[in-house]
Amino acid sequence: MKYHEIKDLLRQCHGFATLCEEDLDLMAKCGVNAVFREGQLLAQEGHPADLFYLIRNGKVAIETHVPHRGTVTLQSLGTGEVVGWSWLFPPYLWMFDVRALEDTRVISLDGKCLREKCEANHSLGFRLMKTFMGTLVARVHDARLQVLDVYHSPQGG
Amino acid sequence: MSNGHVLTPVATEVLSVRHELRDTATLSLLPPPGGAPFAPGQFSMLYVMGLGEIPISLSGDPAESGLWIHTIRGVGNVSQALVRAIPGDRIGVRGPFGSAWPLDRARGRDVLVVAGGIGLAPLRPLIYRLAAEPEAYGRITVLYGARTPEDILYFHQLQAWKESARFHVRVTVDSGADDWSGNLGPVTHLISPVDFDPASVVVFTCGPEIMMRFVIRLLLGLGVAGERIFLSMERNMKCAVGFCGHCQYGPHFVCKEGPVFGYDQVAHLLAEKER
Ligand SMILES: Cc1cc2nc3c(=O)[nH]c(=O)nc-3n(C[C@H](O)[C@H](O)[C@H](O)COP(=O)(O)OP(=O)(O)OC[C@H]3O[C@@H](n4cnc5c(N)ncnc54)[C@H](O)[C@@H]3O)c2cc1C
Ligand code: FES
Repeated sequence: MKYHEIKDLLRQCHGFATLCEEDLDLMAKCGVNAVFREGQLLAQEGHPADLFYLIRNGKVAIETHVPHRGTVTLQSLGTGEVVGWSWLFPPYLWMFDVRALEDTRVISLDGKCLREKCEANHSLGFRLMKTFMGTLVARVHDARLQVLDVYHSPQGG
Repeated sequence: MSNGHVLTPVATEVLSVRHELRDTATLSLLPPPGGAPFAPGQFSMLYVMGLGEIPISLSGDPAESGLWIHTIRGVGNVSQALVRAIPGDRIGVRGPFGSAWPLDRARGRDVLVVAGGIGLAPLRPLIYRLAAEPEAYGRITVLYGARTPEDILYFHQLQAWKESARFHVRVTVDSGADDWSGNLGPVTHLISPVDFDPASVVVFTCGPEIMMRFVIRLLLGLGVAGERIFLSMERNMKCAVGFCGHCQYGPHFVCKEGPVFGYDQVAHLLAEKER
């Protein structure tokens, strides 16, 4: 896949809406196309988080293993969503497993390379940090709403 | 409706019962004689002899006005008795009451329906109307959140709408077992500006109040104007016709001015704690 096609895909991603052309250029240069078959792992808990993904098509599950309970899915992410922020924050390790729930096409982005560019250029670092913080905040809100278990009570709507 | 039915329930027969979920059933009733046709979003008062009377939304297709359909989740005495009803049982009914979803406002525009839990029931008549005439609207998106896969209401209906080319339907659950390969996360996570134009979309939402608060905040953040967001409020009711004040919500009587409100009408009240 050509670099400008990757850039177009990044530009269409709602999460990257605030990034300028220059930033998209830089990110696109760190991107390659990848495909994961249903059941395949995109990331493994505890492993170095040197990559992150933009889902072009498909669905993945954020999972963890709980003793005596087995694998627990915490959230699913689908087309147009960004997977992974651990590449940007120490200790740069994946916090959860990420598994393809169906055949999934992604843009795989080199987070390690981008991280180094952010260290060298703090203005870029701030813009990327802001962008990924937005995703992170949205995920925290999601998790809180899930914890509230809003449909459970008799007042459940 | 004729005045005779305003305060006095009329006895009617339960024609059929469909068990939707472990705590939820859909009852088909004969409408009260002379009962007016209902509009999507309106509700009836259902009376179980000796137990009491509760407000329940009409959840059937308004075009099939020969039957009044209600979907009830058993949470207390009266609602559980209704969920346990069998064909041939007699219950009291009065209605239809309350305001309707302003579907006219959505003509020619993108439509976003966001439902959670039993909140899909009051929205189903509206979805039937959208499905009957999809060309009258822009992109139609229905988002539904449930607690677990076993709690997904109208599963087959949602599936059928999903297969219709003119409808975008996405379902999510808050938690799912190993074998669930659908969406997992709150219904807010399904909201994506890819599906609609924030500058013109009309939104209809119903579910637990806290869910609606999160949904609305997110939509406002995406640039959707409050005047194009409509929600259905639930308050305990007695008379259902604006006499007793039981359903008062700030300056509003939910039974008469609601249950469907424009967000701008109730924005200041939504953030208030219920007393
Ligand atoms: C306009 C309107 C439309 C409604 N439509 C439907 C519907 O289509 N299907 C459906 O299952 N339910 C619907 N409800 C809610 C339903 O009326 C209540 O669940 C019912 O009144 C409970 O009565 P009960 O005697 O069974 O339980 P109760 O013993 O009165 O209450 C049991 C529990 O439910 C809570 N509760 C009672 N009433 C409400 C309420 N209105 N909202 C939230 N929590 C409540 C109580 O706090 C208590 O914890 C609607 C309510 C309104 C106001
Ligand atoms: S229920 Fe009596 S005024 Fe609304």
